[in-house]
Amino acid sequence: MKPFQLAALVPLTLALTINTALAGELNIESWRVDDKDLWEKEIIPAFNKAHPAISVKFNPTAPTEYNASLNTRLAGGTAGDLITCRPFDIALELYNKGNLTDISTLEGLKSFSDVARSAWQTDDGKTTFCMPMASVIHGFFYNQDIFAELGLSVPETEADFFTVLDKIKSDGSYTPIALGTNDGWETHQIVYTGIGPNAWKGEAGRKALIGGTAKMTDSGFVAPYAQMAKWQPYLSKGYQSQTYGDSQNLFALGRAAIYPAGSWDIAYFNSNADFKIGAFKPPVASKGATCYISDHTDIGMGINPASKNRTDAETLLNWLASKAFAELYTNKVTGFFSLSDHEISIEDPLAAEMISWRADCESTIRLNAQILSRGRDDLETAYWNAGQGVINGTVTPEAAAATIQAILDK
Amino acid sequence: MIKQRGFPFHILVFILPGLLIYTLFSAWPLLDTLLLSFFEESGDQRVYSGLANYRLVLTDPDLSAGFWNALGNNGVFFLVHVLVQNPIGLLLAALLSLRNLRGVRTYRTLIFMPTLLSVVIIGFIWQLILSPLWGVSETLLGYVGLESLFDAWLGKESSALLTLALISVWQFVGIPMMLIYASLLAIPDELLDAAHVDGASPLRTFWQIKLPLIAPTLGLVTILTFIGNFNAFDLIYAVKGALAGPNFSTDILGTYFYRTFFGFQSSLGSSTLGATVATLMFLIILAGVALYFYGVQRRLQRYPM
Repeated sequence: MKPFQLAALVPLTLALTINTALAGELNIESWRVDDKDLWEKEIIPAFNKAHPAISVKFNPTAPTEYNASLNTRLAGGTAGDLITCRPFDIALELYNKGNLTDISTLEGLKSFSDVARSAWQTDDGKTTFCMPMASVIHGFFYNQDIFAELGLSVPETEADFFTVLDKIKSDGSYTPIALGTNDGWETHQIVYTGIGPNAWKGEAGRKALIGGTAKMTDSGFVAPYAQMAKWQPYLSKGYQSQTYGDSQNLFALGRAAIYPAGSWDIAYFNSNADFKIGAFKPPVASKGATCYISDHTDIGMGINPASKNRTDAETLLNWLASKAFAELYTNKVTGFFSLSDHEISIEDPLAAEMISWRADCESTIRLNAQILSRGRDDLETAYWNAGQGVINGTVTPEAAAATIQAILDK
Repeated sequence: MIKQRGFPFHILVFILPGLLIYTLFSAWPLLDTLLLSFFEESGDQRVYSGLANYRLVLTDPDLSAGFWNALGNNGVFFLVHVLVQNPIGLLLAALLSLRNLRGVRTYRTLIFMPTLLSVVIIGFIWQLILSPLWGVSETLLGYVGLESLFDAWLGKESSALLTLALISVWQFVGIPMMLIYASLLAIPDELLDAAHVDGASPLRTFWQIKLPLIAPTLGLVTILTFIGNFNAFDLIYAVKGALAGPNFSTDILGTYFYRTFFGFQSSLGSSTLGATVATLMFLIILAGVALYFYGVQRRLQRYPM
């Protein structure tokens, strides 16, 4: 027992000696509060098997506060050695401010495709500043028991989707869609950018919007809002103050049939729902049309230039590019899919189902993640408010799109 | 026989520690914030930019809407407190100071209790109570046949701010109650006895004797409410997050400041713009307090008791 107690004391004393960076000690900044256990029990021990001399600590901050508090800590010089990178502009801004190190020469980067790297590169593609870690895929989960009970089949087209919703509603025992608009972000990040790519043709539409040849007021970008506006009757009563957690609970308790999901939800439902969950991709407009999915590069990791353990940090980043990590991360942090080229096997059926869509459909990333959000206005928030307003019925789809276009015009 | 002494240096020893702490942690940060609001960030450096930040926050067509919206919402937040919290506080205090009332201490403690709870707990409890999925309010309303009145109050643009203001009233009603109760107790019994002998009804005693006597306290309570409300942040943040949704309908100056200073989602924070908002909040509170002291406090009639 003694050695164990001693081992427990070591991190404690390290925590007490604030900011005195010891050789071989790395602190990771992250917003993945949910993964703290996994890092401490699985990932760090696995890393230490290969590199026993480096001690790693995972210090997450709540997702909504991460950007703000990280900026504050970077400015104050108290940020950790490794910084978990949000994709695109937020990380790019950090790099431009000198808060991320150029890692273009790292060996590990060779294991990633251009698309994966593009989320953490300068616009000219010459400099890479974060090691890609994982992406998330958006779609819908459904309760297989409820579908079997009501004799429903998985919807393929939009028309099918609404037929299924009508059937669940007319049966009356379950809420058709578990979704609330209290928090706002789900309406944009999961719903709008999840079902939207089918309407704006994935990458083509996204690039046209960036290039200015397409406008938010075009039918391809208004159509998803028009679809969302029709969802209201299928949500539970009082959905306006239903939080994301409420929606998760509603579905996990078996009281709702369909849940607009991000793949990160898999881990939560695996431990909280005791029925079989299936997944289907966002329904397409007509049978046989090309499907598009939102396969969003979500997490990368970079090095704080102020770090006193640069070489150790590089060692960890290279390890993040290894097959061992890809397998561990994809299977343990269920719902986050490694971006590296290694062939890996996925154990979780739901995760395997979602990742199989990559083969059937065209992948795209969230509409406004790249370049568009560079204006002075908070475009992301504007999108949340638009999605929220459309589902709440307080703005029309056209008006919501026009508001966003007005911001893009500036 | 006392000799003329020089400057009483020992006084310095008593003043210095307090002065030092006050300067270091209160006066200096305040001044620094004021200063910071006149600067602009360009690259790594801060450049003096005069009143540019104020022009941006107050008049810029893109940015000012958020500030005015927050100020308006803050005004509503304050009005609800003045019109609901303080009258209820007065009523409770008047009831508590009734002679022959049993269990005064129990009531007093129970009503004051929420004030002592953490805002996070208050926010969480009320979110649960009002939740349309798991909450008890719909059932409770059902018992009295008012089920149809229930709505997702916290989630609707039209009712979210009012709901939050009322939650805050529920939490803080103990403070005006205590202050008013204390000054009601301070009214000498002879005055009340005299009124009784003269045949004044309890109601008349309250309106014409007690109320004028506690008017200064009511003024104090109002100004404390004003300061508290225009500095408020925590309840909104705990319940609705920094975004103060839906569609900024519960955004008050505190949450607006938070987003300006720290940034949120795709917008990055700016310490100089944040300082500007903080300074404006300070000026608003200063103006309110000054208005009260010069306009109201001096005209209040004080009666020797």
